[in-house]
Formats: sequence, structure tokens, C-alpha cells
Amino acid sequence: MDLLNALVAILNFVVIPASAYGAQLALGALGVTLIYGILRFSNFAHGDTMAFGTGITILLTWGLQALGISLGPLPSALLALPLAIALTAVLVLVTDRLVYRHYRRVKAAPIVVVMASVGVMFVMNGLTRLLIGVDEIQFADGARFVVSVPQFKAMTGLDEGLALRTTQAITLVLTAAAVWALFAFLNRTRSGKAMRAYADNEDLALLSGIDPERVVRLTWIIATALAVTAGVLYGLDKSFKAFNYFQILLPIFAAAIVGGLGNPLGAVAGGFVIAFSEVALTYPWKKIAEYLGFEPASLLQLLSTEYKFAVSFVILIVVLLVKPTGLFRGKSY
Amino acid sequence: MSSTRRADAPASPLRAPLLFAAVALLYVLEGTLSNAWFSGSWNSALTILNMGLISAVTALGVNMIWGYGGLFNAGVVGFLALGGLAPVLIATPAVPGAWAAGGPRVLLALAAGLGALALAAAVARRTPPVWRVPAAAVVVLAGYVLFRAVLDPAVAAIESNNPAKAGNIGGLGLPVLLSWPVGALFAAAAAWAVGKVALGLRSDYLAIATLGIGEIIIAVLKNEGWLARGVLNMTGVPRPVPYELDLQADPAFVARAAGWGMDVATASGIWVKLCYAGLFVVVLVALIALSELALRSPWGRMMRAIRDNEIAASAMGKDVTRRHLQLFVIGSAVIGLAGAMMITLDGLMAPGGYNPLRYTFLIWVMVIVGGSGNNWGAVLGALLIWFLWIKAEVWGPAAMALLTAPLPDGPIRTHLIDSAPQMRFIAMGAVLLLVLRFAPRGLLPER
Repeated sequence: MDLLNALVAILNFVVIPASAYGAQLALGALGVTLIYGILRFSNFAHGDTMAFGTGITILLTWGLQALGISLGPLPSALLALPLAIALTAVLVLVTDRLVYRHYRRVKAAPIVVVMASVGVMFVMNGLTRLLIGVDEIQFADGARFVVSVPQFKAMTGLDEGLALRTTQAITLVLTAAAVWALFAFLNRTRSGKAMRAYADNEDLALLSGIDPERVVRLTWIIATALAVTAGVLYGLDKSFKAFNYFQILLPIFAAAIVGGLGNPLGAVAGGFVIAFSEVALTYPWKKIAEYLGFEPASLLQLLSTEYKFAVSFVILIVVLLVKPTGLFRGKSY
Repeated sequence: MSSTRRADAPASPLRAPLLFAAVALLYVLEGTLSNAWFSGSWNSALTILNMGLISAVTALGVNMIWGYGGLFNAGVVGFLALGGLAPVLIATPAVPGAWAAGGPRVLLALAAGLGALALAAAVARRTPPVWRVPAAAVVVLAGYVLFRAVLDPAVAAIESNNPAKAGNIGGLGLPVLLSWPVGALFAAAAAWAVGKVALGLRSDYLAIATLGIGEIIIAVLKNEGWLARGVLNMTGVPRPVPYELDLQADPAFVARAAGWGMDVATASGIWVKLCYAGLFVVVLVALIALSELALRSPWGRMMRAIRDNEIAASAMGKDVTRRHLQLFVIGSAVIGLAGAMMITLDGLMAPGGYNPLRYTFLIWVMVIVGGSGNNWGAVLGALLIWFLWIKAEVWGPAAMALLTAPLPDGPIRTHLIDSAPQMRFIAMGAVLLLVLRFAPRGLLPER
């Protein structure tokens, strides 16, 4: 029986990675849910927007590195992030002008707009491929660890090590800041209130003199900022590979639906629900069981890591069966 | 879709034949002209045509789901891959010792898993609402533990049976054509399960759920080595047509090839591809005939009524969700059939190759461009888009080299030419967006 070591192992292998991953999913799901709330369609191009923004960030990071500019212990990608967000937002706004605006005007069925977003996904995917290729890219620089395993062991004298990578710490801090800023914006500012009003009831919002096009532009800009941040954090934490950003679409959608589509608070909660379930179900619990004095014969791994997407899917199915509006009552129409 | 339908004048009756002739001309040019744009090889033209015909069958399935139901299946790749499992399980020769090692136990495990799900559904229906979720969860959890307890040792036993060459459960050794309807059944079963959950809710839930099931099916095929050797790929799936080498050894065929004035290697390749093309055309024509008949029946009128106005149709007493489920299952079955045909054509099951952009969203481009709701449109779109998709890989760099000719040779020009094949993603996206925006009814509008 070794409770302390077991706790450290749980922290190291489950809590920290799942928190970082959950934060990344939450940022992605926030973008999806905002677009759903205001523009009323599921944006299939969201993953590729993340990939495109991350691609730009990587190019800018390389530029910074070539100039010899760095943030010291922090990854230089953070310095490139604002400009990458701006560039991606310009592209997304152009897309809205060229593609989505028409469907708003003719009040097309949501599924037609989803189809249009598939077209946008193709274009974005091609642009990302053109820009940076399909290979795996590591672009994290600066210090690797806030706390490394040997440091932690020397500090505490425990057998079990704990590592906190810089990218994980940055993910958590940046996500907290972004979520705080978003909620402050939505709840305190005039523009934020206009957005919520528009999401709540389009006609009433129009009657109160809210400019719908302005609300839509704001939504795209905020969703893009969240998407690119999520993409860069995910890329820093793991690595950048364009196809992974398509695959992450499923957990992001699942997170948004679990929380209730159109509900920002739900999206954050959903992101963490999905991430913790995924990590907890694919982690082999053998080591922890041993610390607790059991002698398990198997690895105690409920699901092999290749099936991690099945976790999001099953959660999605359960939510659809039990409570289609999600945990936080999103839009059910 | 109803929202994009306009009461414009009916298209000219010559429109369809002319467009088909134009697409046929593309294939003929590929077979005859030899220049920078076309290869001038009938082998190449027929290779593109065969895959185009399979894409056409897939597009027919998607068209049933989208064109007649207005439902979005974003997991076409999964249903295609599931259908492709059928030739492997039905037609490949049995692996000695594999069935004895764990076959019955695998079946038992699958039965236990499905039984647990059915039991959970029954329990959920019978218990009071408060207990519904926990009771069903307990049943599912117990079922999962039982499933893994039976399955895991069986899988280990099968995979350790001759792992270098086999390690899979093996097939039944039946004729490969028999596996085509089985592939359709596999896909239909998966579609029923997904549709049962996701239909009747908001329209994009089905899209997201199918996106998920698509990825999961691919993950299962990649990782369950006992099923079809996973990423080790399954080669040697039997063919319904003769092998090139047998033809070349056959004196009668050699004489016939000489009569055509071709060398034997080319002639045998072309002959085999023509046999495949013949089979595929038969399937395609049968499917179109069946679905046109169905659409002219009272059932078809009901389906169109539901698509055009769900509320009115349900007010007339039609069970919209049930009909949607029916349509979704039938359409997915057609996709599964196409998947089985594709594996039969390739003779190879390689789950690593199932890319959603290529097998889900490209099919969608075909359907939208061809004309949603029109079977002939789906076929036309498939043949056209598939041809362009393949040739764009060649044309892209050529066009880019031409465009960048004024630039000095250097890293920028090299990068642009090298990445030109990626341009086809942009081109396909642009085509989809343009058609959706300016000609939402496609090349061949629904009558």
C-alpha cells in the first residue's frame, strides 16, 4: 500500500495529460459551439482552420528562429501566435464573405451550409498542404520541462516521478486566460451581449438594432482565435500533422455536443469530460493497482490507445440517447 | 434539397446524353491520345474507369441518402471499408488452424457483446426513468467485461497461429461475387445501429455520429489483426475474372491478341480490366433500374414528399424517422457493396489507405456536382470527378510548371511545382463550393 506514489502516478499519467488535452479540446469546442450558436451550423472546416492557423504559426516561428528572436524558456510559437491568428482570421472572413453569407441571405437549410463547410474544409486542407506539407513537424522550442522526473524525485524522495512539460503548463494557463477573456467579453461588453442576444433570438436582436453582419464577423474572429490557439497548443504539446487536425474534429464535436451545442460553458466542461474519459479508459492502471497493494494479472487497460476516438464516439452516443440537449442544455433544434 | 429547388424550365432532353458523351470522350482521349495531358494507354484509361464505376456505385448510395432523404452521411469511408471486409472473410481461403484456435470463441464473444447491448436496451425500456441510465450502464459494463474476457484469449490464439503469413481468422473460400451482397449487409447493419441512435434528432447529429463511426471502423480494421491482418494488409483476395498470367499462358488468348495486333501483356491487362468493367456496369445498371423503379412507386413518392416537407408528411401520418432510417440503411448497403467491389478489384485489403477526404468527401463532391437526387447525375459526377481527380495529379505540376515558367529556377519554383499535386484539394473544394452556390441542382438536375 503506497498511497502517495499511487497519487503521483495518477497525477503524472492521467490528470496532467488529460487536463492539457481537455483544455485544447475545450478551446476547439468553444469555437464550434460559438459558430453553432450564432451561425447555426456545425462547421466541418473547424479542424482544418486549426491546422491552417498552426501551419502559419510554424512558418512564422521558423522566421523568428532564423532572426534569432526567442522567448527564452517559452516556445517562440507564442510570439508568432497573434499574427497567425490575424492572418487566419482574414482568410476566414474572406471565406464568410464568399461562401457563407449567401446561405444566410437565402436562409438555406443548415445541412446545406454544413455541405458548404465541407467545401471550405477541402480548400483549407489544400492550402495547409501547400503551405507546409503533410509531414509531422515538431516546432516546440525553449525549456522542455517545468518539473522533470529526476527533479521531482530528488525534491520529494518518492519512487514515482512526475513531469510537467512547459507546453502543458502553457496550455493550462493560456486556456484559463482565453476562457476568462471570452466570458468577460460575452457577459460584460456591449458586443458580447449583442452576440448572446443574436444567438438567443435572431429576430428580436434585429429589432433592437443589432447589426447581424457585425455579430457574424465578430463570431468568426473569436472562433478563429480560439481555433488557432487550440491548434498551436495541441501542436506544441504533441506535434503538428495536418491529418491529426482532421481527426480531432470528432472529439471536438463530441465535447461541444456533450456540453450542449451553442453553450460556451458546456463546451469547456465537455472538453474536459471527453479528455478525462479518453485518457482514463486508455491508461493501463496496473502500476497504480500495484501501489495500492493489488496484484493484477492484466494491464487493467480498458481500451487500447488506438481506439481513443471510440471513447468520444461512445460518449456522444450516450448523450444522444439520454440527453440530446447536452449536460448544459444547449440548443436542441 | 427543397430549399434550393427552383421552378425553372426543364433541362433539355439532350443534356444528359451530351454530358455523358463528353465524359466518355475524356476516357477515350486518355486511351488514344499520347501527349502531356493524356497517357494514350487503354490500360490507364480502363484503370481510371473501373475505379470510376465503383465510385459511381458509392455515389448512388450517397445519392439515395442525400438526394432522396436529405441526410448527411459523413462516414462513407467507414461503410466502404466495412463492405470491403466481406471479400476477405467470404472469399479468401481458410487459414489452417485459425478457426480451431479461436473461431467459435470469437463468435461467442460477439454474440455476448451484442446480447448485452440488446439486453441493455430492453432493460432501459422496462425500468422506471430514474433507474434507466444506471441499470442500462450496469448491463453494458457487465457485457463489456464478458465480451473482453471471451474475446481476448481467442484473439491471442488466432493471432499467434502462423503470425508471419496469416495470423487472421481466414475466409470461407466461397466465390468472391457472393461477398458483394454480404458487404452490403455488413454496412447495412452498421448503418442501422448508427441511424437508430442519431436519426430523429437534429440533422447534423447524424453527420457527426457517422463521422465517428467511420473513424472507428477504420481503427478496428487497422488494429484487429485477427480480422483481416490489420495494417499488415490482406493480399491475394480471389478474383471473379481471369489472371493476366494465366491469359498470357493460354495459347487461345495469345492467338486472339495477335489477331487484335497487340502484344500479349497489354492485351491481357486490357481484357482483365474489361471483364471487371463489365461486372461493375451490370451492378451499376441493376442498381439504377431498381432505384428508379422504387422512386416511381408509391414508396418513392412518399420519400420525396418527406424530403420536400417533413412536417406535412408527418401530419399525413408518415413516420419520418422510420423512413429516414430505412433510406439510410439502404443507401449505406449500396456503399458497402461498392466497398466489396473495390477490394475485389484491388485484390488487396489495406486499411491504411482509407482516407476520409478521398473516400467520404470526394464522393460527396461527385454527388453534388452530378446533381443531387438524380441517379444518372450521381453516375456522371462520379465518372467525371474521378477522372479529373486522377488526372489532376499529373496536370497540376504540368500546369504549375507552365505558370511559373517566367520565374527563375530556384527553391520557390521547385516548391510550387512539387506541391502542385496538393492543388487538387483546393480545386475540388472550389468545384464543390461553386456548384453548391451557382448550380445547386448539379449538372443533371432532378426532374
